[in-house]
Amino acid sequence: MNEVVLSMKGISKSFPGVQALRSVDFDLKKGEVHALVGENGAGKSTLMKILSGLYRADEGEIWLKGKKITIGGIKAMIDAGVSVIYQELNLIRQLSVAENIFIGREPMLPGGFIDWKKMHNDVRMLLRPFNVSINPKTKVYMLSPAYQQVVEIVKALSLKSDILVMDEPTAPLTGNEVDKLFEIIRNLKKNGVSIIYISHRLEEIPQVADRVTILRDGEKILTKPLAELTTAEIIKHMVGRTLTEQYPKTSVPIGEEVLRVEGLSKKGYCSDVSFSIHKGEIVGFTGLVGAGRTEIMQTIYGRLKKNAGKIYIDGKEVRIRSVRDAVRQGIGLIPEERKRQGLVLGLSVQDNATMTILDRESVFGFLKTKKLSALTRKMIETMNIKTPSARQLVRYLSGGNQQKVILAKWFLHQCRVYIFDEPTRGIDVGAKVEIYKLMQNLAKEGAGVIMVSSELPEILNMSDRIEVVFGGSIVKEFRRDEVDSETVMEYALGLRERTSQQTVLQAGVES
Amino acid sequence: MKLKFVETLKDYGIILAFFIIVVALSIFSPVFLTVNNIINVIRQTSIYGIMAVGMTFVILTGGIDLSVGSVLGLSGAICAGMLKAGNPIPIVVLATLGVGIACGFASGTFITKARITPFVVTLGMMSIARGLTLIYTKGYPISGFSAGFRLIGGGYILGLPIPIIIFLVIVVIAYIVLTQTKLGRYTYAIGGNEETVRLSGINSNFYKTLVYVISGATAGLSSLILTSRLNSAEPVAGSGYEMDVIAAVVIGGASLKGGRGSVWGTFIGSLLIGVINNGMNLLGISPYFQQVVKGLIIIGAVWLDQLRAKED
Repeated sequence: MNEVVLSMKGISKSFPGVQALRSVDFDLKKGEVHALVGENGAGKSTLMKILSGLYRADEGEIWLKGKKITIGGIKAMIDAGVSVIYQELNLIRQLSVAENIFIGREPMLPGGFIDWKKMHNDVRMLLRPFNVSINPKTKVYMLSPAYQQVVEIVKALSLKSDILVMDEPTAPLTGNEVDKLFEIIRNLKKNGVSIIYISHRLEEIPQVADRVTILRDGEKILTKPLAELTTAEIIKHMVGRTLTEQYPKTSVPIGEEVLRVEGLSKKGYCSDVSFSIHKGEIVGFTGLVGAGRTEIMQTIYGRLKKNAGKIYIDGKEVRIRSVRDAVRQGIGLIPEERKRQGLVLGLSVQDNATMTILDRESVFGFLKTKKLSALTRKMIETMNIKTPSARQLVRYLSGGNQQKVILAKWFLHQCRVYIFDEPTRGIDVGAKVEIYKLMQNLAKEGAGVIMVSSELPEILNMSDRIEVVFGGSIVKEFRRDEVDSETVMEYALGLRERTSQQTVLQAGVES
Repeated sequence: MKLKFVETLKDYGIILAFFIIVVALSIFSPVFLTVNNIINVIRQTSIYGIMAVGMTFVILTGGIDLSVGSVLGLSGAICAGMLKAGNPIPIVVLATLGVGIACGFASGTFITKARITPFVVTLGMMSIARGLTLIYTKGYPISGFSAGFRLIGGGYILGLPIPIIIFLVIVVIAYIVLTQTKLGRYTYAIGGNEETVRLSGINSNFYKTLVYVISGATAGLSSLILTSRLNSAEPVAGSGYEMDVIAAVVIGGASLKGGRGSVWGTFIGSLLIGVINNGMNLLGISPYFQQVVKGLIIIGAVWLDQLRAKED
């Protein structure tokens, strides 16, 4: 347990204009889980990219099992037993489990044919300790995210890796799957595998980690055994200040109804959904991943064509048959997949933020460029978007600031209803609070806010009302303060009422 | 401002390449740096340079238009036929542009409504337009037009050949459209991330169709110049032009993945292709070998683009 298998000493790395890491020390003991935490941009990924051989450090040494690594590179690090499981899984979805695990080193028969039998048997052997029922021949896209992760882990182990880096491994997972993953992690530990664990979900850290290292602005703040730290202390060191209020919810007078949905149905996704939102209200939608929350929102937003149901804005029925109709009615979606659906990464802050108002701010197609710049500057200021200029490409902004740009886009469009889908996923603690504040401001200024989230704390603390979704329908509505997280979970899991007639839409797990 | 200049220079190391080739050619060929030859080069360049400007819009959205050469052939043939039938020049000009626009509209509609990839649709259009040209001309050239029409390709205004003037005007218009208008913003945005554009409530299909219309229109415009200059519409006119056109855009720094590129780059890219074509002719390199060189240039340009993308 005390043998040090990895030691990074005095690692520094700079990119043009940024000192990403400043003389960071990091070590890992055999069979331990060492959590690496810090806000976005603190240097976690850079440090891990140096470890994986993707980047070369400007200064510093890496020692693996007592040997100094002189020649880096990805191949060399894999050979030395280091495997990184990235946030976006690196599996080829159209290939089978076995093909993915043995890609590039398939067991061969004479004559250049793949020895499928041996390959599948080897995979079964490798999977046995995990106690999961995955068929080696199953195509990866048919597996749930949790099982895909198992495949990644197995692949790493089959490469004889004894140092695993897990970057936000629980991000795509649901509650049960997370528990399963933790069990696997504990098993790996027993077998002497050392794990570097990166996560934004601080509540997970106490469940898996032995030690914690906190990075901030490229510097190491501390490394301590978990037992000597509280979550509050971790947050304090991460952000470098004490967060007075993690959930800045203030009460706002509730105004008239701004959006009402009646009997909304979309075959295979949601059925008979009815609810309403008033001005000044934040309504939280929660439920398990796959319960149909996102699909309900996409149906309201016109991205999925509804089969039945009526939508009213300001008390008047409106026809929404496309996203364009929804946007015209003043509904704005801040999607879960920011980079894929919310931003054009290769365009500037200004081009992204003003995308929705070009119709308004142009004459015969010619843009009022001065006005657009002025509006963007104003948004940068009021939303506190950290960017060198309005011309900066959004690609180079942090997750939190990217989210603010998307918000600016809809704010400039003067939406009446804002739909946030997982507004704080992958966003660091400090920026989260700012997003909540902006959300709160929107409500204060008379907009209706929908917040879809899997994170119960934010649902419970930020919402005026909570709608619990299960099997494509709203199964329960709570008022703020009349409910606790256990009760919400019971409804979300379908353990209470209305469960009988519901069908679980997407279990996703293939056996 | 200064930073912008450095960035431009970095993006267009192409300018450097351009001058190196120009210097080399003026050393090896005594004719190259004469006023006559230079005007000749630019006049040649203008024919596919105009199409390259249209292609820039298409490539910026992440698409491609392989049909421009054939569309040029078709519009040229119809232009010639209408002239022979005695139609007035303004009507013929509008109709010729109309043919290009119609082809572009057809491609754009198939791409957006039927959701077939631009590569396949415009490959089909390439064959369709060429086929229609051969049907219409029965395989024979249509030649011999009025002096008035021949001015388009052969006339001068203030000492400058009219094709060059048209080319420059098109470049300036396109520059303004791409930097100052809604269409320009959306063209870049669609190439960067079409999903986001659609989810922002923008009619991306409309703008996507529009870029193919623009490309078709520029092919029609080029056909006017070519037909006028040659005093003839050949049934195979424009075949293979898509190579030069796409090469010019890519050499000019546009990414085939969309979202990055500029008219300014395409302008320089077109001139570079023109100079290379001219230089190889002057140096007596066989047209067969020239094809090989052009193929290498287009591969090289895309390769450079990928290296650039990796840097990001």
